[in-house]
Amino acid sequence: MPDATELELTAQELRDAHRDSILDTEFHRGRACLIADPRQIKPILEHLVGKGYTMLASLHGVDYYPNEPRLGVLYEMLDRKRVQRISVKARVSTDDPRIDSVVDMFPGADYPEREVYDMFGVVFEGHPDLRRILMPEDYEGHPQRRDFPIGGEPVLFTYNEEQNYGKYV
Amino acid sequence: MTVTGRGSDADPSTTLSEGYRKREESITLSSEPAGVDETHELLTLNIGPHHPATHGVLRLITTLEGEVVRDIKPIIGYVHTGIEKTAEDKAYWKVIPVVERMDYLSYYFNAMAFCGAVETLLGLEIPPRAQYLRVIHLELNRINSHLLWLGTSALDLGAISMFWYCFREREKILDLFEMSSGQRFHTRYIQVGGVMEDIPAGFEANVRKFLKDMPNRADQYADLLEKNQIVIERLRGTGIVDRETMIKLGVTGPLLRATGEPWDLRKAHPYSSYDHFDFKIPVGTVGDNYDRYRVRHAEFYESVKIIEQALDGLPEGPHITPDRKVALPPRHELATSMEALIHHFKLVTEGFRVPPGEAYYPIEGPRGELGCFVRADGSAKPARVHMRDPSFVNLQALAPMVRDGYIADLIATLAMLDPILGGIDR
Repeated sequence: MPDATELELTAQELRDAHRDSILDTEFHRGRACLIADPRQIKPILEHLVGKGYTMLASLHGVDYYPNEPRLGVLYEMLDRKRVQRISVKARVSTDDPRIDSVVDMFPGADYPEREVYDMFGVVFEGHPDLRRILMPEDYEGHPQRRDFPIGGEPVLFTYNEEQNYGKYV
Repeated sequence: MTVTGRGSDADPSTTLSEGYRKREESITLSSEPAGVDETHELLTLNIGPHHPATHGVLRLITTLEGEVVRDIKPIIGYVHTGIEKTAEDKAYWKVIPVVERMDYLSYYFNAMAFCGAVETLLGLEIPPRAQYLRVIHLELNRINSHLLWLGTSALDLGAISMFWYCFREREKILDLFEMSSGQRFHTRYIQVGGVMEDIPAGFEANVRKFLKDMPNRADQYADLLEKNQIVIERLRGTGIVDRETMIKLGVTGPLLRATGEPWDLRKAHPYSSYDHFDFKIPVGTVGDNYDRYRVRHAEFYESVKIIEQALDGLPEGPHITPDRKVALPPRHELATSMEALIHHFKLVTEGFRVPPGEAYYPIEGPRGELGCFVRADGSAKPARVHMRDPSFVNLQALAPMVRDGYIADLIATLAMLDPILGGIDR
């Protein structure tokens, strides 16, 4: 993990290269996190790749309900040479949850982006095949959002499939 | 979410099969137009979701030209149980049993990743004995997971006796798990702050007996498989993907090491005292299915070495943190100490609170980087739990591995990929 100083230096470097790209930084329990402008996510990640963080270890979504902007997309970047990790967080609102897809830079982001789309409803623009991955195709809603209730799912049996199949009904 | 019943207002002409077709519409069967002419024909074949060779409930839509796979689309989600959502509704210590059920073959690893993330947020120090006990069980679990992989993979290649041999050794590991935790699967042994209980008398002797047998058994597996012309011809030179593509796809674990990249989090970024042990990282050379088999097979010996060293150097001391705000007080204290009773009551009713923050805790699972992301909001329940499951990410490498190979190699490659659908779908 980079220390707090290195995180600030990286953030400043990114701000110099791309204006207003880094909104804030977080350093908590050794975890360095850059809060990024969602519109500039691709140049930011490209810059980090140039600094040695070549591997996208994980991509996941978080719902910060009730704080706005509610949805967060987190990129865990990994530098395998120096064994350092830095995370990039881009917050988007539920009204217009759009962010650029990074599949062209990291082909491995394909499934994780589809999962974030499925679970949180974030639309990754430029993703080649953006559709639900874990939930059924015709499912309504995004179950990992914090205001999505637990339970209350109708149970589907063969005898009531025609009467009771989600949206097609 | 709105759910309306298909009542009388539904179009009666829509039959069940039409509805099914409609749900399938969005799956694009991308096939290469090249090769379609009077002499070539593409065939779309559906494999699974219930097929013995898919190692779980995985569905593969393959586009074949003769016997050659031109394209493949894995369809997943059949065993999605919403564990990440369930975890948000449970106190931290009650999340451990549900996350253990994600990747059902590496339950100690799931618990370790989750507990590690929570401990990071709490800033807890783990007693050395607990760290060593964790390592012993993690490595036993790694052998267990690899044994099941070897047995079922050999079964896919037509070698049924390997399955029985591997399960014979696996039974012994499950007996050891039962001895230390009372459970054979989903043991809930690793707790926030340490482990549930110290190992019982006789456990060490039984582990040593197993460690003495295991290298011989692994030698026997090698004799059975590596002198078998069928196995060698089916594994060697099939499913090759180079190192750069693997890294771009985010693939980790034995699949990446088989391409010659010595990336192992136990060495690169040691956690839970892994830096105390002397072991090697097996790597392959060309990254074909044979290398994948060899890397995992060699890990049997390395895991045995780690467990031996952990048993030899097992430190004395507590098996769980003495912090009573996080770990339950010992049973005998409840009879004499009012304070212990209060702590016990608070922990089993509300659970402990975790200060707000986010943590990502990666460990080296049997299939690659298993990372747990936890967001705490200051309450006794996590606000978000996410597992970066290696199977989920590694499955993306299936298409480049099998493209333009024979469909028979697809079965071998899928077996060597070692996907666990419980971990993929979560």
